[in-house]
Amino acid sequence: MSLAPPEIDVTQRGPEAGARSEDYLWTLNFGPQHPATHTTLRLVLKLEGERVVDAMPEIGYLHSGFEKIGEHLTFNQYVTVTDRMNYISPMANNVAWHHAVETLLGLELTPRCKYIRTIIAELARISDHLLCNGAVGLDTGAFTFFLYGFYQREVIYDIFETLCGARFTNSYTRVGGVSQDFTPLVIEKIRTFLKTFPKTLDDMERLLTRNRIFVDRTKGVGVLAKEEAIAGGATGPVARASGVTRDLRKDEPYLAYEDFQFQVCCASAGDCYARYLVRMQEMRESLKIVHQALENLPAGDVNVGIDQRVARPTKQQVYSTIEGTISHFELSMANRGFEVPCAESYAAIEAPNGELGFYVVGDGSETAYRARCRPPSVLHFALFPQLIRGHTLSDVVAVLGSLNIIAAELDR
Amino acid sequence: MPFVPPAVDDVLAALTERFGAVESSVYRGQTQLVVSDRDAFDVLRHLADAGFDLLVDVTCVDYLEYRGARRRYGMVYLLASTATNQRLTVRVFLDDPEPAVQSVVPIWPAANWLEREVWDMFGIRFIGHPDLRRLMMPEEFAAHPLRKDYPLQGRGERHNFPVITRDHS
Amino acid sequence: MAMNDLQLPENVFVSRLDSLANWCRKNSLWPMPFATACCGIELMATGASKHDLARFGAEVFRFSPRQCDLMIVAGRVVMKMLPVLQRIWQQMHEPKWCISMGACASTGGVFDTYAVVQGIDRFIPVDMYVPGCPPRPEQLIQAIIDLQDKIQREGTITGREFDTAGRQLRKRALVEAADPLAIDAARNPVLQRQLAAAATGPQS
Repeated sequence: MSLAPPEIDVTQRGPEAGARSEDYLWTLNFGPQHPATHTTLRLVLKLEGERVVDAMPEIGYLHSGFEKIGEHLTFNQYVTVTDRMNYISPMANNVAWHHAVETLLGLELTPRCKYIRTIIAELARISDHLLCNGAVGLDTGAFTFFLYGFYQREVIYDIFETLCGARFTNSYTRVGGVSQDFTPLVIEKIRTFLKTFPKTLDDMERLLTRNRIFVDRTKGVGVLAKEEAIAGGATGPVARASGVTRDLRKDEPYLAYEDFQFQVCCASAGDCYARYLVRMQEMRESLKIVHQALENLPAGDVNVGIDQRVARPTKQQVYSTIEGTISHFELSMANRGFEVPCAESYAAIEAPNGELGFYVVGDGSETAYRARCRPPSVLHFALFPQLIRGHTLSDVVAVLGSLNIIAAELDR
Repeated sequence: MPFVPPAVDDVLAALTERFGAVESSVYRGQTQLVVSDRDAFDVLRHLADAGFDLLVDVTCVDYLEYRGARRRYGMVYLLASTATNQRLTVRVFLDDPEPAVQSVVPIWPAANWLEREVWDMFGIRFIGHPDLRRLMMPEEFAAHPLRKDYPLQGRGERHNFPVITRDHS
Repeated sequence: MAMNDLQLPENVFVSRLDSLANWCRKNSLWPMPFATACCGIELMATGASKHDLARFGAEVFRFSPRQCDLMIVAGRVVMKMLPVLQRIWQQMHEPKWCISMGACASTGGVFDTYAVVQGIDRFIPVDMYVPGCPPRPEQLIQAIIDLQDKIQREGTITGREFDTAGRQLRKRALVEAADPLAIDAARNPVLQRQLAAAATGPQS
């Protein structure tokens, strides 16, 4: 793909011989309230007929000061705000935030907790990819595909609701553990999902993967070369579709990913179709991980022990042991809580959208001094102008959908 | 055990050879360098050439209320290598009247929006940035909201709009 | 001929025109999804397969404000977005209604920060508030049913229920009638005309 704007032949046009080629361009405002942006972002497109000569993205239409709130809420409270960050996979954000906090604290989780977090992070990845690919389908005219995807999302919502009481904004993790342990009913529901979902996934693949219209609209559109992807800071499925074999689950195995067999899905084309294929394949790999984790789920405590003094003890411990009572009392007091080092650290996970990391500065109190979120969407959206140059107006929606821009994560 | 990223001793050795002694520390397996704002650009370019091809993040911390802090702003450059998976954090400290640092957009294009965000939120000027405008807040916004002396609820900007009632619409 | 004596065919119903218009309006709401954040996903879930908003006659999501009569503000509205919201609201034709979906749109929710508008009802009129963060699809459906009820009960074919300006005028006229020092309404042709227009509505 050439990055230069397409050549425009001035001699072939209207009567004014001296007119410059820019005089014939027209400008289209796209968003911030537009059906295909799905969320709130704005593009000012410079068009030559139907061809996009240049695009100027503008963001900030959903900037709500997440990082400023992070400086005023405690580590456990802030998890509710991370839910609303990438709101199509809130569980992954919960895991990312507390992964970063636990890295700062130097806390080692229990094996059961690691497995549980792995399972929910992978379920979140499936639900994210379902919506993202569904939206690409929706924008390119495949409404049925979207409905199939959304139905399966509802099944995952149902699992999460059984697990923690909230279907959508879960706020599930806590420092040193999670809010609720897996119950047999949850495990049963996940097992059922593992059985039924591959069939739906096959159906979805049959609907769209070789659909002529869809392939024509996405193949060769929005090509991102490998070097551009790395230079532009792309991560996750967007980078992997361009041939960057970086996946934090393999490269920096966190939680329990070392224990599982799975493939990193990559493609080399770097176009919208490749991104779609990578996401479809990643769902299958996620299913494998969930399956392995669920079958090998370790027994034992889900939260770290009382001696660590970060996770709230169980009711049994509070009523029957003196350590439990003290620990519960200290954690509930406004000016006590747990000890946080005066230090800073960065930790990231492979979120559905890419590398989602938090740079957390601790100042000794239970509240972060600074909670910087490294959002994958910002860097992906910054790549948008170079992806769309030279394509037609109708390709804008395909490229936007395949980048999976989530405004709340973009603007925070 | 939590994963510890590969060591960066060879990188540090090469860096010391070229720029003299560099202040570095390790916390939870993450190596952090502190460089002066004059050297920052050259050090970062050197690191980019040394294999840190992925700019993970550019951000800033305002140490106004931090106990024991001597300088106000601390720029954070998080670097990673896609080949070796090494990670490195580079810090540059700046001070108040007119905090400014050389832009790294010529090294990593990814820095473009990240630096615009830092300008928007902290008011740190990036010398040589191609398009240093606000990223998140409206152009007419006056303050830099992530500075510690700016209140969480703002200074009333959010109430400053015309009201449309049923009569108007 | 008295109404009672009139023999109507079996397939003819007698109703008031207002009531008929409201019945049509309430069952063919065309929502304009002003979806900004998390609630937007639940709004999508409401329209998608499991909850299926089409059962309540409000599934025709149109993204052009000119075609819509129900604005669903789903998600927080921030400083940069509020002028856009007001513009879109003004572009919609009467009669129009507004549902504020979720805690953020109604009150600012957890985002009590410098950038977030603390409730859209400070800046545009709102008919229904849906609590929840985000509300479940069932709650949104309930809000739409309640709004349909409101339209049926309060709606008029001329849209007089929205005419707060006329209501103010009538109130002022009452005060002035009681006050002998008030301006002489009978000699003021402009006020006379306005009063005549306002008098066609129910006194409030």
